[in-house]
Amino acid sequence: MTSKTHVAVGKPLLGRTESDLPVLKPFNYSSAGQVNDLLFSRWLAEFSPRSLLVITLLFMLWPGLALAQGNYSFAQALDALWRWLPFIVGQGFVLNLVVSFLTMLVGTVAGVLLGLGQISPARIISGPSWFVTQLFRNSPWLVLLFIVMLALPFEIQIGDHVYPIPDWLKAVFGLALPIMANISEIVRGAIISVPTGQWEAADSLAYSRHQTLWLIILPQCFKRMIPPWMNWYAILTMATPLISLLGVEEIVTLSRQAMEAEDNHPELLVPFFGFALIIFFAYCYPIARYTISLEKRFVVRQ
Amino acid sequence: MTNSDWTPDQPLVSIRDVHKSFGNLEVLKGVSLDVRQGEVICIIGPSGSGKSTLIRCINALNTIDSGSITVEGIEVNDPGLDKLKLRKNVGMVFQQYNLFPHKTALQNVMMAPIKVLKQPVEEVEARARALIKRVNLVGKEDSYPGELSGGQQQRVAIARSLAMNPDVMLFDEVTAALDPETVNEVLLAIKDLAKDGMTCILVTHEMGFAREVADHIYFTDRGVIVEHGPPTTFFKEAKDPRTQEFLSQIL
Repeated sequence: MTSKTHVAVGKPLLGRTESDLPVLKPFNYSSAGQVNDLLFSRWLAEFSPRSLLVITLLFMLWPGLALAQGNYSFAQALDALWRWLPFIVGQGFVLNLVVSFLTMLVGTVAGVLLGLGQISPARIISGPSWFVTQLFRNSPWLVLLFIVMLALPFEIQIGDHVYPIPDWLKAVFGLALPIMANISEIVRGAIISVPTGQWEAADSLAYSRHQTLWLIILPQCFKRMIPPWMNWYAILTMATPLISLLGVEEIVTLSRQAMEAEDNHPELLVPFFGFALIIFFAYCYPIARYTISLEKRFVVRQ
Repeated sequence: MTNSDWTPDQPLVSIRDVHKSFGNLEVLKGVSLDVRQGEVICIIGPSGSGKSTLIRCINALNTIDSGSITVEGIEVNDPGLDKLKLRKNVGMVFQQYNLFPHKTALQNVMMAPIKVLKQPVEEVEARARALIKRVNLVGKEDSYPGELSGGQQQRVAIARSLAMNPDVMLFDEVTAALDPETVNEVLLAIKDLAKDGMTCILVTHEMGFAREVADHIYFTDRGVIVEHGPPTTFFKEAKDPRTQEFLSQIL
């Protein structure tokens, strides 16, 4: 109970060497007296990563096994999925893709302008450009979506005509904001990666700044910008299901509607959402691989 | 000071008591020199002596802190300087060539006269081809810089600067990045230029070239011109101990 504990470093803090209150005992570093709470992590560390993965996967299958014992079978769920596929893909996923294309288009145009603004020698342009870029790069996309979609009017009046603005179009503008900011950074990064010697050579040949930028610097930037641009497209596409939270009828919303029509059996969850996962993966993974091969091809040789 | 005041009997480039600092480091501590039309000037000296900074000040790539530089009567240190006008008369060739990698050799040479001087394309193309022939690169007009060797790229860079018809050419250690065999082909091109009467200011380590081609040699060390003279007297009768020490190390 009261044993003189061996202290590895200096004197005990409170001047007591003997006590049975663990809180007042000096901490014992030596291996002679084991501290109990280190034992579990050491035991866990003895497992190899692969065996831990197997154990985790088996753990994850457990709910699936439980569900299979319900009276709605997995095969029926797959059948339901099959019937709803044309609806989910044709009206849902296609809208996700349309939103991703339009967002990338709007975001790229705005982003290039913003990026050029960031490198402008006039503070009045570069200051606000930098601020806008940082603002939308560091804001959560969902919050931006909420702000844009709920703030923008649902119809606009030009002259005598009233034009309704569909919700997916508002979503395009909402998602275009962070994309614009990130493209702006890609453009700025590409421009400053061009060696200063190019600027000096252009200067010594009496090119104006505008000519230097458009004839010499930007053409060299173009190739460098493609891999990160494609990367952001993949990220954006994977983010499009966010718009379902604002009521846009895309793949996640339509999947939920389909499951609702099929009486909301819990066995439907994994097939329907699993399918959404797989279709996004099948679209984005080839883009990611192609991006990697482009990066290798465009490696900058200085 | 406008261009029209200047006459050929005055120095083409006139540098008077130039001081230049980068932050706390004073790189040029009162440099003065004159270059007359048709002269070939070589500036030699150890690294950090301010040679490159000096010639970069001549075409306003660096701004000077005090003193004056005039090129054909144009005040370079004038805050209201029309840089484009100055640079149309002053050509520069860099140590790292700095060719535009997305254009062929011929396009590199042709681009500036067309875009900057707004000259007609056929006339520029003819002149560009003649210049490429002059630097001995016939057959390489449609090659991209990535396909050319260092010496070939440097000669394209020379042709590119010449295409603007400058009155003075600045060479900033143009052979320093080349291997000894290719150094020769570039020096031949420069010698050819000098023979045709082009005013050249070279920063170089090539003493043999300087001895052969230069009209005047300036030795700089730690931001000042220590000694200068025509090559015949400079190399044989260097007076200052710093000059003698430098020459003994390289000759």
